[in-house]
Amino acid sequence: MWSFFHKLGSPPWLYRIAGTILRWLLPVTIVALCVGVTWGLLYTAPDFRQGNSYRIIYIHVPAAAVALAGYYVMAIAGAVSLIWKMKMADVAMKSCAPIGAALTFIALVTGSIWGKPTWGTWWVWDARITSMLILLFLYLGVVALYEAYDNKEAAGKACAVLTLVGMVNIPIIYKSVDWWYSLHQPASIKMTGDTTIDPSMLYPLLLMIASFYALFTCCLLMNMRAEILEREARTGWVKKLALGYRS
Amino acid sequence: MYFDSLSAALSMDGHGPYVWSAYAICLVVVALILLAPRRRRRNILRRLSAEQKRQQHGQIPGNEGK
Amino acid sequence: MSAVAQAPGPARFCLVLLRRQLTLAVRRPIEIGNPLLFFAMVVALFPLGLGPAPDQLAGFAPGILWIIALLSNLLTSDTVFRSDFEDGSLEQLLLAPQPLFLSVLAYIGAHWLLTGLLLALVSPVFALMLNLSAPAVGVLVASLLLGTAVLSLVGGIGAALTVGLKRGGMLISLLILPFYMPVLIFGSAAVRNAVLGIPATPYLAIIAAMLCLAIALAPLAIAAGLRISVDA
Repeated sequence: MWSFFHKLGSPPWLYRIAGTILRWLLPVTIVALCVGVTWGLLYTAPDFRQGNSYRIIYIHVPAAAVALAGYYVMAIAGAVSLIWKMKMADVAMKSCAPIGAALTFIALVTGSIWGKPTWGTWWVWDARITSMLILLFLYLGVVALYEAYDNKEAAGKACAVLTLVGMVNIPIIYKSVDWWYSLHQPASIKMTGDTTIDPSMLYPLLLMIASFYALFTCCLLMNMRAEILEREARTGWVKKLALGYRS
Repeated sequence: MYFDSLSAALSMDGHGPYVWSAYAICLVVVALILLAPRRRRRNILRRLSAEQKRQQHGQIPGNEGK
Repeated sequence: MSAVAQAPGPARFCLVLLRRQLTLAVRRPIEIGNPLLFFAMVVALFPLGLGPAPDQLAGFAPGILWIIALLSNLLTSDTVFRSDFEDGSLEQLLLAPQPLFLSVLAYIGAHWLLTGLLLALVSPVFALMLNLSAPAVGVLVASLLLGTAVLSLVGGIGAALTVGLKRGGMLISLLILPFYMPVLIFGSAAVRNAVLGIPATPYLAIIAAMLCLAIALAPLAIAAGLRISVDA
């Protein structure tokens, strides 16, 4: 178990294994996304209340779910890099932030577009939308802090502290925003208990959620590969790698 | 297939512009987050290999001493 | 050996730090007055922007007063560690044998005494200018007393992380404003409840709970942030 942990800390090993994973995960992800989108857009019946506009759910809900999970991935990576001083955890944390911000942005924009035909306005200050907006600010704060430091090692540590503070605060922020907007829809998908969504609509949604998780993993690994090369540019194995690279 | 024709799928009973624009924006952002790291990695590799070639050929005087 | 024996204990050291910070601040009274002046000026902006109708202003008053208190706290939190970082005394503090957790609390305590406490004490004047009803004024002062302490602690985290950066001023607001939001929600809700005649104590209790959590955890983050900034 420990040897795996040590391997995880080795940049060339991680770079190679990430490449191997990507070689099959990336095509699978793209195919799954295409299948899910086609299924959701063309092969499901419209919702009886919202009509066809509900089809936005197939990108809105997955993006929102993965954006929130991404913050926890980032915070765990930050904690690992602070506690065990693992450089690769630092790389993972730094690579999470832009992807998480992009997914939060997707969730906000699609939610806003969905709101126009459903509620008649582009923006409603409801609890979930407001929480997502705050999540976007949290992600952008991490990106801004990282870019502000010239010393990238210190930048990684500072961002790790910030994400941990964020992890403690996210439940508080979510609960207080919920409290602030106490009238809000009950959650419609629960993993346990009866669901209020029809199976014919649920299966493409689950497929899309799974493919968004895979998409997040792919982007994370790709970002990490680029970041590893950047940081290790002066080492022998990267030089060897670059020599074999035909420009 | 739920829709009868392509035009029905595009209009979606009036909700088409909303649905299709949401999916288009999503596609653009996803393409960006997938292509950006790929481009960055390739640029780094290209830069490093060019640097090494310069060093090997000794085109920059003063670099050999290092 | 004797130097260690003579080093003041943690509690005494904290008091010394607190006194030092307060003395330094009192020497420059303008700096103490600035946040209060800011508060007064922004209060004057709202009737100009929203119109002078008294009942409309009274409706917005809880939110307005809380947002201004939050902003003036934000603008001052940047300076908590800056001068000490620049003259090197922060480095000495990190090397001192006393626990950093308590020394950091002393810094934040001084900041709260100079901004939060004073803001809470002068806020009734501005509350009356915005036609806030009399029973709500007491709740406003209480919520500001508790809430600004949380704000100072959270702001300290941002200050510690950005103290080494030359262009930290704008960045600190991006980092910590999201963390200010829960305090704003419950602070203004407490005042609004008091205006409506509903008991505000549950909200005050929640802010007090946040304060307890912040006292326990924020100094850890501040201490870690200061070590990172000094090492960088």
